[in-house]
Amino acid sequence: MKTSETPLVLKNARVIDPASNIDEAGSVIVNNGVIVAAGENALNQGAPEDAKIIDCKGAVVAPGLIDMGVSVGEPGAEHRETLESASQAAAVGGVTTIVTSPNTDPVIDDPALVDFMLRRARDTAMVKVHPMAALTKGLAGKEMSELGLLQEAGAIAFSNDKQPVTNSSVLLRLLTYARDFDALVVHQAQDKDLAGSGVMNSGLRASWLGLGGIPHEAEFIAIERDMRLLAMAKGKYHARLISCPQSAQAIQKAKGDGLNVTAGISINHLTLNENDIGPYRTFHKMSPPLRTEDDRQAMVQALADGTIDIIMSDHNPQDVETKRHPFAEAEDGALGLETMLGAGMRLVLNGDISLPKLLATMTCNPADRLGLASGRLTKGAPADLIIFDPQKPWVVEKDKIRSRSKNTPFEDETLTGRVLTTIVAGGILDNDAI
Amino acid sequence: MSKKTTHRSSAFPHRHLLGIEGLQPPHISYLLDLADEAVEVSRQVEKQKAVLRGRTQINLFFEASTRTQSSFELAGKRLGADVMNMSVSTSSVKKGETLIDTAATLNAMRPDLLVVRHHAAGAVHLLARKVGCAVVNAGDGPHEHPTQALLDALTIRRHKGTLGGLTVAICGDIRHSRVARSNIILLSNMGARVRVIAPSTLLPSGIHSMGVEVFTDMREGLKGCDIVMMLRLQRERMSGAFVPSVREYFRYHGLDAEKLSYAKPDALVMHPGPMNRGVEIAAEIADGPQSLIREQVEMGVAIRMAVLEALASNLPENMYDTEH
Repeated sequence: MKTSETPLVLKNARVIDPASNIDEAGSVIVNNGVIVAAGENALNQGAPEDAKIIDCKGAVVAPGLIDMGVSVGEPGAEHRETLESASQAAAVGGVTTIVTSPNTDPVIDDPALVDFMLRRARDTAMVKVHPMAALTKGLAGKEMSELGLLQEAGAIAFSNDKQPVTNSSVLLRLLTYARDFDALVVHQAQDKDLAGSGVMNSGLRASWLGLGGIPHEAEFIAIERDMRLLAMAKGKYHARLISCPQSAQAIQKAKGDGLNVTAGISINHLTLNENDIGPYRTFHKMSPPLRTEDDRQAMVQALADGTIDIIMSDHNPQDVETKRHPFAEAEDGALGLETMLGAGMRLVLNGDISLPKLLATMTCNPADRLGLASGRLTKGAPADLIIFDPQKPWVVEKDKIRSRSKNTPFEDETLTGRVLTTIVAGGILDNDAI
Repeated sequence: MSKKTTHRSSAFPHRHLLGIEGLQPPHISYLLDLADEAVEVSRQVEKQKAVLRGRTQINLFFEASTRTQSSFELAGKRLGADVMNMSVSTSSVKKGETLIDTAATLNAMRPDLLVVRHHAAGAVHLLARKVGCAVVNAGDGPHEHPTQALLDALTIRRHKGTLGGLTVAICGDIRHSRVARSNIILLSNMGARVRVIAPSTLLPSGIHSMGVEVFTDMREGLKGCDIVMMLRLQRERMSGAFVPSVREYFRYHGLDAEKLSYAKPDALVMHPGPMNRGVEIAAEIADGPQSLIREQVEMGVAIRMAVLEALASNLPENMYDTEH
């Protein structure tokens, strides 16, 4: 990523900076790749000389999105996605920082592989990339990986992706060891035995479809266990993706007890439910599974009340090889980079949550959790920005998807809210040309 | 030799040496003084004293050990005792009743001094209750290793003149180390400031209440230290269970010249052995000018001579006639 040195003035904008509670008509000034000023008084000192002026015509200017849940196929499955194609999808979706999952082939569990990711990203990606490294060697859940050396190499956090660490002793030691490095443990909790061979939410729908169910208990018993372990280890924990109200309650209690915990959710679990699976649509097969409409509404409530801190796309490119199978045999996962903000706007238009609050869960909240300076419009912050029209409708068309894979659960649906321009490190990406 | 003493010497009023716990500072100083004399004896051409002449010492090792066993053997022999080594393979011995059977069998052989190492914490205490002779704990599981702590104290005192006021850092696998436990008790009792430095996974729970300062960062913990004690990390704990790998452990917790530079310039480096060079300690440090590691071995023989002598002088004349 090269920092653009050209000064920029984004004027006539609705400036939203969730980090500083700004939502006002004004401008944003950028120079040397960092924010100089933002808000209604930004132009009081005048525009920098030779600045490129962009008239936003009332559109929103906000920090670029930070997506904590992105699977890339590189290395190992470049036919599904590369860092380059993922970064293009990200740019179109307004995501200026992607945090990659270590679930590649080979798994990112060696400092040399973190270095590889960073170098490939530098050479091929148009947005910022921060790799997460594996929490356990080979994601096997047995032996802790080299958290210290991986962190030094540039790993931003440690995740076992969707593989739960079932051995409580291993997770306890990981949380304990990670504390010495102030490292963030990102864990998707699940009791593997309770989940069994289930492939969708347990209940009536699953029974009618004849599919094995995954009960809520498979998730929240594991989350409750994790909270107990966290209380023992006093580490730093992020629940990667919770899908059940009972999990949110456990998180809320842990927060009340003063534990260093945050929770995440995918945009899918906030906007879709198990009925969307319809006639065995494999693009809606996810882990954890889509839950009931009541569950979805409860999770939206948990987002609104701050129990859930971070929305991620859970972008997971899969192709026909892995998705065109009977439901139970298809891979989990859906695309999300290009649609996260548009899908999130459904919550805003529905009156569930305000736009600044929605943006907080995709900008400053993940930035704060990961220790990133971006995700805000404060003076000196990196100029990663989006110009976004929250009213503009668009249709998710399969052949316009920038990802190498096409497994979007929003295919042919109309989303409201479109990113017009994405700016990374002060440089304007031409979204139409991507 | 006519021995009438059935009461214990007030300088060291203990029948056994099962741990450092329970020893008062004057008792520790007494043993160290005695050991200073033993060093002189050991450095003579004529290395024998007769204080244990006629006594039988059995070294009963349930866990393999070359250095500790030979150190006790040599100590006993230099004091004139008849020394017998018994190595009991762990596979043939189970805990509980069998240990007591072993004790009864040994007791029938009428030893005067029994030196015991066992893999289970508390096993030496159990055995001590079942025999008539004096028992020395040569290491019981992760519990205590009193003669190691005493030899460390002797080594330090001979170099620094005193233990009081020194800052001593114990580094590494505190959690599983009997050496650490004995040293924490001894050094604190003698007025030293004790620090422990380890990754959090290798700290025992409750460490913050053990009267030590706790560090997880070597450089921070070593600042201003007079003594740096390294502990051995067992192989099975290196590959993902407690620490991720040897290279990561060495990087953050291995003692090298750079990390040692944070301690005082005249800081001394110790290790109970056997060392893993390149795991917990760099070869250049282990074999360098600040290292006392070889001297610790010499002091080991001296301290064991002192302990055996002190305990033997407390033995009642007819210990096997009295009831137990």
